[in-house]
Amino acid sequence: MLKKRIISCLDVRDGKLAKSIKFIDTKDIGDPVETARNYYEQGIDELVFYDITASSDKRDIMIDVVSSVASQIFIPFSVGGGLRTVEDCTRVRLAGAEKVNLNTAAVTNPDLIAQTSRAMGAQAVVLSMDVLAVPVSSSIPSGYEIVTHGGRTHTGIDAIEWALRGEALGAGEIVVNSIDADGTRSGYEIRLTRMIADSVRIPVIASGGGGKPEHCYEVFTEGHADAALVASILHYGEYTIRQIKEYCASKGVPIRMTA
Amino acid sequence: MITIVDYEAGNLTSVKRALDYLGIDSVISPDPDEIRKSEKIIFPGVGHAASAMTTLTRRGLDTALQEAFKSGTPILGICLGTQIILSHSEEGDTSCLGLIDGRTMKFNLSNASLKIPHMGWNTISIRKSHPMLKGIVDETEFYFVHSYYPQPSNSSDIIAKCEYEIHFPAAIAKDTLFATQFHPEKSGVAGLSILNNFKTWDGESC
Repeated sequence: MLKKRIISCLDVRDGKLAKSIKFIDTKDIGDPVETARNYYEQGIDELVFYDITASSDKRDIMIDVVSSVASQIFIPFSVGGGLRTVEDCTRVRLAGAEKVNLNTAAVTNPDLIAQTSRAMGAQAVVLSMDVLAVPVSSSIPSGYEIVTHGGRTHTGIDAIEWALRGEALGAGEIVVNSIDADGTRSGYEIRLTRMIADSVRIPVIASGGGGKPEHCYEVFTEGHADAALVASILHYGEYTIRQIKEYCASKGVPIRMTA
Repeated sequence: MITIVDYEAGNLTSVKRALDYLGIDSVISPDPDEIRKSEKIIFPGVGHAASAMTTLTRRGLDTALQEAFKSGTPILGICLGTQIILSHSEEGDTSCLGLIDGRTMKFNLSNASLKIPHMGWNTISIRKSHPMLKGIVDETEFYFVHSYYPQPSNSSDIIAKCEYEIHFPAAIAKDTLFATQFHPEKSGVAGLSILNNFKTWDGESC
């Protein structure tokens, strides 16, 4: 039986690990390669590295991080942040990443999804969407809007419509990141996740708000998510990967228990 | 020395990196003569069957692989590589290498809530022991990502199955060929042990 995935998200700035809380204050908490190997040995199912490096001349540091990760850990991982062209995506793929995460650049230029999908296959293209709950309107019928820049910029695009468009353009997976839930650790945005997961036929990864194992269980069952992204609850040592997985497994969720 | 067949299909470097980590000598090559002479071959791949077959044929790699198989070279197929060693693929209605008699089929699932591609970790159930599965217990999880699956005509060529609404072949084998639909190079410790088994496998099926 196909297992639900627990994916750890590592934010990387200038080659060092940082966890953003509500997209505002970030602080360095360690080496991304070492952390990745540690999570791999503990049985994480997949990893995401999000490059939040501000200056483009330091982007090469990320390529070094990707290639060290790829030579030591043998599970899928994706890279996002700062990928604006097919060439950017190809570079991280060649450095060893299994998938690329497209977010703002896909909103600005939706054709990037199609181009990247043609170049490396749909399975390698993850559409990552930042979503904010807004009043229902004729342009946002779902009540969920796609936003960029950590929620500061509204795009006027309905989240469901964007998910369907991303799938049609060739995305192979979707990350649904709730800006409302992000950093709260009070649980994933179940309603939003479920709406997206039920609308598309590609896997959906829930992101934002995971604070305890129960939240993963909820988003797998009620939220219909295929995978759950966890960050701070692992990074600050509040729960181990094993504890999260054991809880989900004890409730009957199919989960991979080996490392 | 293991030769990894380069036919512009997906990320060959991830297989190479896993072999490097295990200390297994390997080289990535697009050269049919090098494939013919190779001691062992890994035939990986992600992508579309029709474009893969076009590249293989253009480079003369199709006949090189067929000859290597006939001469008893141990071959490990992975994902798309596994699909196109069969005779035919539904993907683009493509004639394939025919090292194993059979067809590659598209998932046709009745449960609309099941996602395509089949992506993530899934367990295999071993139907037949094989030296390439040494150390792998039944119900071990491996990483899959695919929309098509290999269906050999002869059920005795099926080594392990996996369930995604249907029970599809996850590992198939014939003579000196062993091929997986899952990705050993992305399947953690269990996957690495399959690559290690390939290092020592002499091509005998038992």
